[in-house]
Amino acid sequence: MSGVFVKTVVPADQLARTIVRIAHEILEKNQDISNLAMVGILTRGAHLARRLADHMEEFAGQELPVGELDISLYRDDVAARGSLTVRSKLTQPEVRGTNLPFSVDEKTIVLVDDVLFTGRTIRAAIDALFDYGRPSQIQLAVLVDRGHRELPIRPDFVGKNLPTSQDQRINVRLREVDGVDEVVLEAVEDE
Amino acid sequence: MNKHLLSINDLSREEMESILATARKDFLELPKRDIKKVPTLRGRTVIDLFYEKSTRTSTSFELAGKRLSADVINVKADSSAVGKGESLKDTVLTLNAYGPDIIVIRHPHVGAPAFVARYTDAHVINAGDGKGGHPTQCLLDIFSLKQEYGELDGLKVAIVGDILHSRVARSNIAGFRKMGMKVTLIAPPPLLPRGVESLGAEVAYSLDALAGVDVIYLLRMQKERHGDTGMIPSLREYIARYCVGLRHISGDQRVLHPGPINRGVEIEAELADSGENLILQQVEAGLAVRMAIMYRIIVDSAAASAESPKAGAAGEDRAGADIKNIRAVG
Repeated sequence: MSGVFVKTVVPADQLARTIVRIAHEILEKNQDISNLAMVGILTRGAHLARRLADHMEEFAGQELPVGELDISLYRDDVAARGSLTVRSKLTQPEVRGTNLPFSVDEKTIVLVDDVLFTGRTIRAAIDALFDYGRPSQIQLAVLVDRGHRELPIRPDFVGKNLPTSQDQRINVRLREVDGVDEVVLEAVEDE
Repeated sequence: MNKHLLSINDLSREEMESILATARKDFLELPKRDIKKVPTLRGRTVIDLFYEKSTRTSTSFELAGKRLSADVINVKADSSAVGKGESLKDTVLTLNAYGPDIIVIRHPHVGAPAFVARYTDAHVINAGDGKGGHPTQCLLDIFSLKQEYGELDGLKVAIVGDILHSRVARSNIAGFRKMGMKVTLIAPPPLLPRGVESLGAEVAYSLDALAGVDVIYLLRMQKERHGDTGMIPSLREYIARYCVGLRHISGDQRVLHPGPINRGVEIEAELADSGENLILQQVEAGLAVRMAIMYRIIVDSAAASAESPKAGAAGEDRAGADIKNIRAVG
């Protein structure tokens, strides 16, 4: 017998504070934000990018362009083995695709995702961005870094480092999509 | 999607909606970018095998494959070994030795795509088989209509012209009905197929029936398929009674045509040049929809075989069954 063990590792209030802190860190690193643009990876990264931008606009008193990036056409496993995640996405196709309402040329792009794991999603996102233009710089902000990198990719801003084992899952739930703000750890327990 | 796209009947309404959603989300905006290309099918090989003249379908498939980063080879019957008497089977076996991932086939004989599917490991897409069907045209037409009208349930469409020789009509009657549309066929009796009542469409013999519809779908007069005897007594009389012009169009009615158009035969020049028709939108839709089909045919089957190793084999059995059906009909 085996069961799934689910544990909330970041509750709502802590998650809110973490997002505020990342917003401050991005502003600290980028003194001049007139050239900055936030780009979130669909789906949850896009909501995080919007929230970060809202905080940053509030703190800096300046509007920030925000875009959304769909990386499904840039995945390295799409045509190779068609992973189950691809299939489940395709049977319920997302209505939202890439939307970058600004030119990425010469911009400093802050790429935002919920969980950083192997780094393959970020590789795909960087490739996708370059098909839209030539940013002067790309920085990476993630809510959770769970380790197990398979590519030489490192985040510039991290909400929380959560060391995990390969077979565990980290789920970031956001109220815009899931009706609740929290980060949960899922693990299969053997009895 | 199944392993092959041989007929519009291979797809459920849900699958059609899902392919069209992929086309809209991932591929419709692509031509607006400077880099009009995605790496999705990098390293894959697509062979476009065309045994009939074609401008838009062949360019559309070629460009769709290239914009997905696949390597695309075009084989045209008039400049290939087919002219030296090679059979379709031998041509396909030869091309299959290159290990293509997708073979797109246009052929004058009904059932040729299913025949090709027997001799290749590749995914086969029917790009028009004689009077049989043209499933990708059907999907792009439905895409164009959805872009224009949103919901299609209950929409009334008239298909006008040479229905007898039209694979587009065959696919579209089935596809439109599957999407909940009501179909009326308008043509002189010699240009309607035998057993037309069984197609599930109303039949009318004059353009007066256009008054009650939302969409007018014009077909090309396929004189090259009429033979020496001629299917209609006089082209001039046909034009007088069935050529559609601006004066036949009212209100929000939109006109579609799969192309190529014969100005002055089935469509008057003024209508062809007016904003009332969606002909160029159909061409634009064709590219996005064919990209979506090629992408999904590869990805869905990869996902299916990842789930269960037997799924791919089931797809082949199904193709075999289609051939039996075609033989029974032919």
